[in-house]
Amino acid sequence: MGPMTSDSTIEREPAAGEPVAGSGVPAIAVRELTKRFGEVQAVRGVDFEVAAGEVFGFLGPNGAGKTTTINMLCTLAKPTSGRASVAGHDVVTQRDEVRRNIGLVFQDPTLDGYLTAAQNLELHAELYGVQSDLVEPRMQQVMEMVGLWERRDSIVGTFSGGMRRRLEIARGLMHSPRVLFLDEPTIGLDPQTRRSIWDYISELQEREEITIFMTTHYMDEAEWCDRIAIMDHGEIVALDSPAALKARIGSDRITIHTDDDQAAIEALKRQFEIDGLLSEGAVMFGVPSGEEFVPRLFAEFELPIRSVSVSRPTLDDVFMSFTGSTIRDAEEDGSKHRNRVMMQMMTGAGRR
Amino acid sequence: MSTTIQTPRTDPTGPRSGARAEIVRVRVPERSWRSELRAIKIVWRRELIRFKSDRLRIVTSLVQPLLFLFVLGSGLQRLSNAGTHGVDLKTFIYPGILCIAVMFTAMFSAASIVWDREFGFLREMMVAPIRRGSIVVGKCLGGATVASFQGVIVLCLAGFVHVPYDPLLIGGVFALQLLLAFSITAFGVMIAVRIKQMQSFMGVMQMVVMPMFFISGALFPASGLPGWLTVLNRLDPLTYAVDPMRRLVFNHLRISPAARRALDPGVTWWGWHVPALAEAGVIVALGVGMMLVAVWRFSTSE
Repeated sequence: MGPMTSDSTIEREPAAGEPVAGSGVPAIAVRELTKRFGEVQAVRGVDFEVAAGEVFGFLGPNGAGKTTTINMLCTLAKPTSGRASVAGHDVVTQRDEVRRNIGLVFQDPTLDGYLTAAQNLELHAELYGVQSDLVEPRMQQVMEMVGLWERRDSIVGTFSGGMRRRLEIARGLMHSPRVLFLDEPTIGLDPQTRRSIWDYISELQEREEITIFMTTHYMDEAEWCDRIAIMDHGEIVALDSPAALKARIGSDRITIHTDDDQAAIEALKRQFEIDGLLSEGAVMFGVPSGEEFVPRLFAEFELPIRSVSVSRPTLDDVFMSFTGSTIRDAEEDGSKHRNRVMMQMMTGAGRR
Repeated sequence: MSTTIQTPRTDPTGPRSGARAEIVRVRVPERSWRSELRAIKIVWRRELIRFKSDRLRIVTSLVQPLLFLFVLGSGLQRLSNAGTHGVDLKTFIYPGILCIAVMFTAMFSAASIVWDREFGFLREMMVAPIRRGSIVVGKCLGGATVASFQGVIVLCLAGFVHVPYDPLLIGGVFALQLLLAFSITAFGVMIAVRIKQMQSFMGVMQMVVMPMFFISGALFPASGLPGWLTVLNRLDPLTYAVDPMRRLVFNHLRISPAARRALDPGVTWWGWHVPALAEAGVIVALGVGMMLVAVWRFSTSE
């Protein structure tokens, strides 16, 4: 087994909340933003900045306040208090400037199913006032990117869910926005389509110098972001790069199989001052950095090792450690909470 | 603990990035009256495209008016021979039927704003850097165009009910139904902009369209109505389209003065006989007024 680590893969952990990419005016800046719907405090004072060119993920269970936050940033909802600016423009006082600079892909479809794909994009270009002679070439470009150029004259109603989502992404890009908002862009799609949508997103980031702000509740997708904010009950409970978040909750897990597990645990304690644990016929223990530790283990451990495996903490673990529940549990919780809110509204508490 | 191992990211060079063309960059211009005009135009055009692709709707929205005209008109003719002084009842109700055909289509066009909301497309228009008012104006003009196209189909049937194809007559009727189409669409949009569900809109339509139709005098002379109905008749926008249209038709027919008196009493305001041009003015004023209310209601909704 060769050396598993090199210095180049080790980097300084950036301070929490500090943008990692780009410079100059942040693409998004949010200060103490809140939103209240009657009795319900949907967003309770969030603060963050997104640097230009970043892929920023908003992670949290349904009902955590992600969509409400995104709606405020897109000028679709007015903040109750606090400030937010997108592409350098205030979302309340400079609504049109913000709208000109953002592209939106909503959680629910917003295509006209009776028009063709090209007609949908053309309509978008007209609404945004895209220069007429650039509509055609730009359309070709964004449709080729999502692989729908050949289907441009098909009625959107005949498209599959994945195709529609891809078309929506293409449409959101028609006017060359500086910030692209994606609200659950991959929800309800099969893994293959999800994967291809992520390919477009990384390609996009590379080609168009665009900032991407997205919400998701798929843990595996959050790994693709430059930084992640974890939102729960209307608050940001953690904000950092995926790797740093995982590092913060602690160690890599190493599992070894030996001939004498009891002796192995004693040896670990004696040699490395590590507390091993007997679990399912193997010895398990945590170290800060698994890749670095394994070569040492092989070189110095006094007992023969039959096999070894290293596992990293997942974002599920991260979510668990920051919110105290798995994302699935939190979702069930959230829906209960929403139902309660719904009941309150229906029984006359009044809305807004 | 200050060091961490970065998760290796999957190679970002996507499957397509090999063929790298020059990126077409577009710029969204500042909002101006020209961008608003463009927005109005595309909303208008969308209504036409959708109408064109929905041939079934063109047929179905003609069924009811034609049923009124040929079935009800022929059937009731035998009862009303004495009262119409020799004028075919079908000829008499023809302008009313034309108006109702326009009205149905216009209301359905207005309903599209509710569909758009339900299917999410309204959101796409609402987040664009344009005034909400432009969406409303585009919708009103689109609905008006579509509805008057429907009116033209009915206009083609004039010969079947003894109405001559006189250019002046056809031109006048066409102009009147165009104004009506706009006005009714504005009325429908005014209602539709705050309605979230199609069922609710349909309910409102049932409640409003049929009474408007009956009260307008489309099927019978509005002169014999009881007082309270006369008041409603004068408030009904349809009245101001049916009346001048009918006069126009009668002007091009040879009918007895008695029939004229009975069937074309005209619209009066406190004894003043409202001239046709003023009636057209009323339709336009009502239409513009309702469109402004629609713009206001739409702009202030979340």
